[in-house]
Amino acid sequence: MREQLAKIREEALARLSAVAGGAQLEELRVRYLGKKGELTAVLKQMGALPAGERPEMGKLANEVRAAIEEKLAEAKTRIEAGALEQKLRAEAVDVTVPGKSVKTGHRHPMYIALDEMKEIFIGMGFTVVDGPEIELAELNFDRLNAGEGHPSRDWSDTFYFDRDGRVMLRSQTSPMQVRAMDSLPLPIRMVAPGRVYRKDEVDATHSPMFHQVEGMVIDKGVTMADLKGTLNTVVKSLYGEDTQTRFRPHHFPFTEPSCEMDVQCHKCGGAGCPTCKGEGWIELLGAGMIHPHVLEMAGIDPEVWSGWAFGFGLERLAMRRFKIDDLRLIFENDVRFLEQF
Amino acid sequence: MNLSRKWLNEFVRIDAGDRDFAEAMTLSGSKVELTHDLGAEIAGVVVGRVVSMEKHPNSDHMWVCAVDVGREEPVQIVTGAWNVHAGDLVPVALHRSTLPGGKRIEKGKLRGVLSNGMLCSLRELGLDERDFPYAAITAAALLNDYHPIDPEKPSIPADIKPGDKIYGPVVAARVLNAGGADENGLYPCGVDAGSGAQSILTPCQNIHEGDMVAFNTKTGSVCTLADLRAEQREFPHCIEDGIFILREEGIAPGDDIKPVINADDRVVEFEITPNRPDCLSVIGLAREAAATFDKPLTLHTPTVRGGGPGVLAELLKVETPDPDLCPRYTARMVRNVKIAPSPKWMRERLRSMGVRPINNIVDITNYVMLEYGQPMHAFDYRYVKGGKIIVRRAKEGEELTTLDGNVRKLNANHLVIADDTRAVGLAGIMGGLNSEIVADTADVVFESANFDGTCIRRGALALGMRTEASAKFEKGLDVMNTLPAVDRACELVELLGAGEVLDGVIDIQNRIPEPWHMELEPEKINALLGTDVSEDEMVRILRKLDFQVDGRRVTVPSFRGDVRRMADLAEEVARFHGYNNIPTTLMRGQTTRGGYNREQKLENKLGELARQCGYDEIITYSFISPTAYDKIGWAADAPRRQSFKILNPLGEDTSIMRTTTLPSMLEILARNWSARNRDVKLYELGRVYLPDPGGELAVEDRVLTLGAYGDGMDFYTLKGAVEAILKGIRAENVEFEPVPSNPSYHPGRCAQVRAGGRLIGVLGQIHPAVAKNYGVDGEIYCAELDFGQLLQSQGADPVYRPLPRYPSVTRDLALVAPHAVTVGQIEKCIKAAGGKYLRDVALFDIYEGPGVPEGTRSTAYSLVMRSDEGTLTDDHAEETVANILAALKKELGAVLR
Repeated sequence: MREQLAKIREEALARLSAVAGGAQLEELRVRYLGKKGELTAVLKQMGALPAGERPEMGKLANEVRAAIEEKLAEAKTRIEAGALEQKLRAEAVDVTVPGKSVKTGHRHPMYIALDEMKEIFIGMGFTVVDGPEIELAELNFDRLNAGEGHPSRDWSDTFYFDRDGRVMLRSQTSPMQVRAMDSLPLPIRMVAPGRVYRKDEVDATHSPMFHQVEGMVIDKGVTMADLKGTLNTVVKSLYGEDTQTRFRPHHFPFTEPSCEMDVQCHKCGGAGCPTCKGEGWIELLGAGMIHPHVLEMAGIDPEVWSGWAFGFGLERLAMRRFKIDDLRLIFENDVRFLEQF
Repeated sequence: MNLSRKWLNEFVRIDAGDRDFAEAMTLSGSKVELTHDLGAEIAGVVVGRVVSMEKHPNSDHMWVCAVDVGREEPVQIVTGAWNVHAGDLVPVALHRSTLPGGKRIEKGKLRGVLSNGMLCSLRELGLDERDFPYAAITAAALLNDYHPIDPEKPSIPADIKPGDKIYGPVVAARVLNAGGADENGLYPCGVDAGSGAQSILTPCQNIHEGDMVAFNTKTGSVCTLADLRAEQREFPHCIEDGIFILREEGIAPGDDIKPVINADDRVVEFEITPNRPDCLSVIGLAREAAATFDKPLTLHTPTVRGGGPGVLAELLKVETPDPDLCPRYTARMVRNVKIAPSPKWMRERLRSMGVRPINNIVDITNYVMLEYGQPMHAFDYRYVKGGKIIVRRAKEGEELTTLDGNVRKLNANHLVIADDTRAVGLAGIMGGLNSEIVADTADVVFESANFDGTCIRRGALALGMRTEASAKFEKGLDVMNTLPAVDRACELVELLGAGEVLDGVIDIQNRIPEPWHMELEPEKINALLGTDVSEDEMVRILRKLDFQVDGRRVTVPSFRGDVRRMADLAEEVARFHGYNNIPTTLMRGQTTRGGYNREQKLENKLGELARQCGYDEIITYSFISPTAYDKIGWAADAPRRQSFKILNPLGEDTSIMRTTTLPSMLEILARNWSARNRDVKLYELGRVYLPDPGGELAVEDRVLTLGAYGDGMDFYTLKGAVEAILKGIRAENVEFEPVPSNPSYHPGRCAQVRAGGRLIGVLGQIHPAVAKNYGVDGEIYCAELDFGQLLQSQGADPVYRPLPRYPSVTRDLALVAPHAVTVGQIEKCIKAAGGKYLRDVALFDIYEGPGVPEGTRSTAYSLVMRSDEGTLTDDHAEETVANILAALKKELGAVLR
């Protein structure tokens, strides 16, 4: 009997080591451990043994059973792993086949540029304000020191809705300075982006409708040095920390002193090239200290309060940002253009 | 404004190179746009002397010249021009030289003969006869160059001989010999007119030995083309652009041509801001340059000898009946004028600044305008009737022919210079043809006046003739400048020997501004600029700019009308202290809280949601064509057609402010359609402009517009996007109702959407007829959602609700209902009857066809029921379903299938 058990053990373990399929495994389990299996058959002979040998044989039989069970489990794990591996191999995909498209829309490039700009100013404590595009000439011109007879009021330059030239399409976002002075409590830090209109025919650099961003600060003790510092910070945030800027005198009726801010040409780094017309610098925006008379007209005492303001064209900023070479693309809205951004 | 560096150097010596000069001037406020090197394109061109010339062996009209160009040996050059003679000084473009227009000259063979360069004409050097009047070509009509228009019927026989009559006193003559020009520019030659040799002087430059010419026996002169009334094509080689025969003093073979023709000057182009009309002059810019480079400025006070015949006051009277339009009128008179070309230096100055030389008197007025910035005008005195000049408003309908030959119809807004009888000039804009300076002008009135800028600007604008003078006047010129300018003109007349200046000046002073005084406040200036500039430095800067500073009392010069208060002085200080020397500081003071308000946040949110749904953002014009309302199918009397109309639009297409965004969206969709872009989804959050019954300005409402076409696009995909957007802003109680009567939309595929009862907008398929108006023959879908209503409907921030603790029960119902019953009605009914256990209703199938009775359709719903108190019992579930079915049957006639 001992020999029988040893044989069963040896044979079962060998077969289980070699078994490859699930069906075969079950067959072996039944053959060795089943109710009519070989091990059971041997155990049935136990009764014929002398009583003294029974415990020892029983123990041995159990050991054989345990060994076979363990081997069975091992084989099962092995077979399952193999089957899974095979299945996974069969399920392999061609990863170079294009993914199933999830189409999301695109922000217009000009608004991408505007969003960046607004975030920078909001971070500096500015509020974003909004105002009408159909505006009173009084706010667009008179309150900004461009009185009757100023060339920008000409009908060849500005769109009007009435013969007296009272109501117009704002030609700049600067009337938002006046609206802010009239409605917001001091001190003020605001930016006002929006549409403006001028009588320019459409071409690669002109459009009768375009966008500006106006900005204004009024506080006690605000200086031109603050203007420079703030605008430098903004430009560096937009174009990078090592961006070089310069300020040069200019003229706007509603600021004094006035300036324009240039950035060093990105193409040539200041050496002079066709992009910057050989100057090495590219004009970015106009700015200045708010004219004392403009403050006075808003009932703000220039002896107590001072301020600065700036304005620039958003299209040009976006065109620079994305190297767009024709303004018309901005308003044509071809999806082949829009979906590049 | 252009500035010649040579002219500038007469007032202030500045040696800086182009780039340094431009940069320094730009940074002190005179922005340089460009610097033109007048001779940039000319290289390798020298003065040459023609040593000898021979006929080209292989050509009947070319010459082979030996030209001394200052080298050991003369160079051989072939030329086709007929006006060159041995001994002439000419510009020579040597081998590998360049000329204006990028022309390169290389040596080469011309019909087999080597030419080592080219002799240049005026035009080849970028010049013309007005730059060098003496170099104007006078060409004889050479009979040996005659090419009859009709070869069958020549006017001049090919075998014509000396003495043969051509017409009247004109006969044929043979040139026996011809030489170089004499000191008067005349050419001595010998001719045989059939009666033997005779010596004559002729201005014709194209005559050579052996030529046959037409000779007028009465005048003894050689006939030109004009004399013969011949056409140029009959004498193709006679009028060729002749070689520029130089008659300059002190030049020698080998000299660079550039200084000879003033091509060694540089002209700087400035952008002058409108507050600085004083810089529209050489002197004004010289003042800025002197201050910028800290160099002394040498100004000159004109002195006039005078003494001309007559008494000015007796000869000329001036009246200014509209004194507010003519603050000052200054005039002087010159008699016994000799009209001639002005000297070379003056022509060069004018030319370098882009002004064409004309004659000495006209050139003087232009010269003074450039130098002093004061527009001048010269009248021929004999056409000033009654010896009286009246500066008045034009009469309605009055006509004047201006110097450019155009007849101008005037009205009372125009200011004219008139005599007793008629207008002789448009004040400040252009002179009249009727008083123009002409070749025999003898007496001249120089006008140097100051006119009202706005009046001149409007007048010029109305006539569409903005001139150099009007462009200056419109900015408001210095009233004190008229007198020095007229004196300068008279001084130049005397310098040029152009006439005799009368003593005295007519000077009508209607409005002379008082000198402007103000206090220098260094502390305030530094406080505004954020600088620490010393008072001494401020005074130094102001004095450089001709401000008088006495202690702290500043007197502003008359030409600086732009400086009136502290901020203006601060700018002067800043300009010369240097904008880039102002420190950069960050703002101090009370901190303010920035950020977006609720509206702006919703704007951003709506854009995000639209993009999540796959829609691309667009930007469209706010103005549209009035026909757009027709194109979108609006009735002729639709109230929404009431739009803000631009009175001076660029064109009809952009003439009214839109009251709907639909045309803008359709236009962009159509543009993409015609570009064959497939699957397009677009959105815009744009404004409409509605008349405000209570105010002058518009009500500027915003509209979120969606527009789409392409694969998979149908009513339900559009509706899905609208639902997603409304869900995204947590709008509640969203309902859709059919809209069969919106003229822009498909009557069966259009809905309006409400949230909480508020009408948010409309969505659906664009009416095929409307789509067709935009050239689209496919289905387009649009939605127009009102931003204001969306803002109102925006739901509150979400509050957490506990997750369900008990399982839910699902039941599916397949219903059959009359066709007219909508899914919306069924859903509403189910929800109403569902009681407290019904949690969700979802449609999962719609069917009509075989198996379903005619006139009905089948809809299938999945109902989810759940209790919060415990696991839902079957009884409760069945009871809920039963209630729902009962209600459906009773209210809608819908039964289980």
